[in-house]
Amino acid sequence: MNEIVLDVRKLEAGYEPGVPIVRGASITVSKGEIVVVLGPNGAGKSSFIKAIAGLVPITGGTVFLDGKDITAAPAHTMVRLGLAFVPQTENIFPLMSVEDNLRVACGILERREIPGRIEEMYAAFPDLVRQRRTAAGNLSGGQRQMLAVARALIVHPKVLVLDEPSAGLSPKFVSMVFEMLAGIRKSGVTILLVEQNAKAALAIGDRAYVLVEGKDRHEGIASELWNDPVVAELYLGQRPLNAEKSSHAGKGGAA
Amino acid sequence: MSLQFVVDGLLTGSMIGLGAIGVTLTYSILRFSNFAHGDFMAWGTYATLAVVSAIGAMVGKVAPIAPLSFGWPLLVALIVGMAFTALLALLLDKVLFSRLRSQGQAIIVVMASFGASMALRSLLEFTFSSRPTYFSRAIQIAMPVGFGIRITPDQIALLLLTAVLVLGVHLLMTRTQTGRSMQALSQNAALARIVGIDVASVVRVTWVIGGALACVAGVMIGILVQVRPFMGFDMLLPMFAAAILGGIGSIPGAVLGGLIIGLAEAGAVQLIGAEWRAAVSFIILMAVLFVRPIGLFGVRER
Repeated sequence: MNEIVLDVRKLEAGYEPGVPIVRGASITVSKGEIVVVLGPNGAGKSSFIKAIAGLVPITGGTVFLDGKDITAAPAHTMVRLGLAFVPQTENIFPLMSVEDNLRVACGILERREIPGRIEEMYAAFPDLVRQRRTAAGNLSGGQRQMLAVARALIVHPKVLVLDEPSAGLSPKFVSMVFEMLAGIRKSGVTILLVEQNAKAALAIGDRAYVLVEGKDRHEGIASELWNDPVVAELYLGQRPLNAEKSSHAGKGGAA
Repeated sequence: MSLQFVVDGLLTGSMIGLGAIGVTLTYSILRFSNFAHGDFMAWGTYATLAVVSAIGAMVGKVAPIAPLSFGWPLLVALIVGMAFTALLALLLDKVLFSRLRSQGQAIIVVMASFGASMALRSLLEFTFSSRPTYFSRAIQIAMPVGFGIRITPDQIALLLLTAVLVLGVHLLMTRTQTGRSMQALSQNAALARIVGIDVASVVRVTWVIGGALACVAGVMIGILVQVRPFMGFDMLLPMFAAAILGGIGSIPGAVLGGLIIGLAEAGAVQLIGAEWRAAVSFIILMAVLFVRPIGLFGVRER
């Protein structure tokens, strides 16, 4: 097994004291892996990942990044420590140009390194090149996700953490986003991902955890979890997971 | 009719515009209307005046830089005054605003700034009395420049200074990492932290820029008009009008808004009478907001 990059132990977190949303969740992410965190609505997935990124107050447990305790590190120091976070929504600066969105994230890079790094991001995300002077708020939903991911990757993170990157995107963009993540993993980046779209996430993931009521309740190889009856029960209560239509089937797919 | 109001308007507009930069930055980055901004102007002006007097006491009378009414002591004093005003703004943020801001209710911070404004103003009256004073009592001869317009060398110098400062701030905002961080913070504070921006340090830069420019605007008023404890407070409404007119958060907008209001006020004095001075700028403000509620350079958030 590869070395562990991110090690979260018995994490407890919540916005208000005495009201924990994350209640003792533990996961590990090894170098080069894609780890997916699944769970029913309200399981605390988003709070869990935000707590790791320093955005939700942590009340218990520890977070280690590359062996270093980052539990108490403020959110703005995370990129320097090697953790880059992509929020689910509002993950770009809408009034700044695409290029300035990338540039503003380069605060921890050496000045002379920045232009080359921006060109590398354009090479990896060619859709962004033509829009480099466009205000980011004018991009399509898929392009916004690309920009948000490029902005996170530009600082060479040890781990890329994403909160539901496919949320709110049309089916065409959903597959594009997951293809993009699979491609990023191939280039050697470690990824931790929270997803509602279980099928698509498990298809690109290596391992997955199921989070229920703020706790990790099950863990396994991503490709096996899809047919795992335990997961189905945890995730949906009764129906097996693979009986569910794709969560992005839309309103037409109502039962 | 005489076109003299153009020069008067541009000068008033420069003072308003420089002040409005601070107002618009505080509003877009710290998310509150700082009513003490006008008093930063007055404090900066008195500090500059005090340094000028101190230099005068130490080195004796210094000849003005011809053809201006002031010499190098004023330039040195202005830089000291700008630093002083920046420190004053930082201090006020530390002891007052930052504590209230952390409680998350903007209206409390606004009210606190109102209180700070009164306290600062009263301190000035207490220390220096409310009698007006002047940087120089020398009378300058205005030179005719055609079209019936006359302008003094001081006025030309101050217009140039404004242009340089505005250009400098604009370049800082658009071309430097500090400026981009300020833009980022004004657009999405949570995301700014995620991309590694230290909010506390950006907030400090915001106060330093706002305070330093307030001092320059105040000194301009001091040179062209007079120095009084109320000089900044009286500029508060035009400054807010300029910031809103130009579009909150926009530096060019604040300056253009200031110039429009300055010209409108000067024009109103000439065309319909001095008593309409303040009313005209607000009629223009309302008219613009009816047509374009986000202000001239404002951008609708998407």
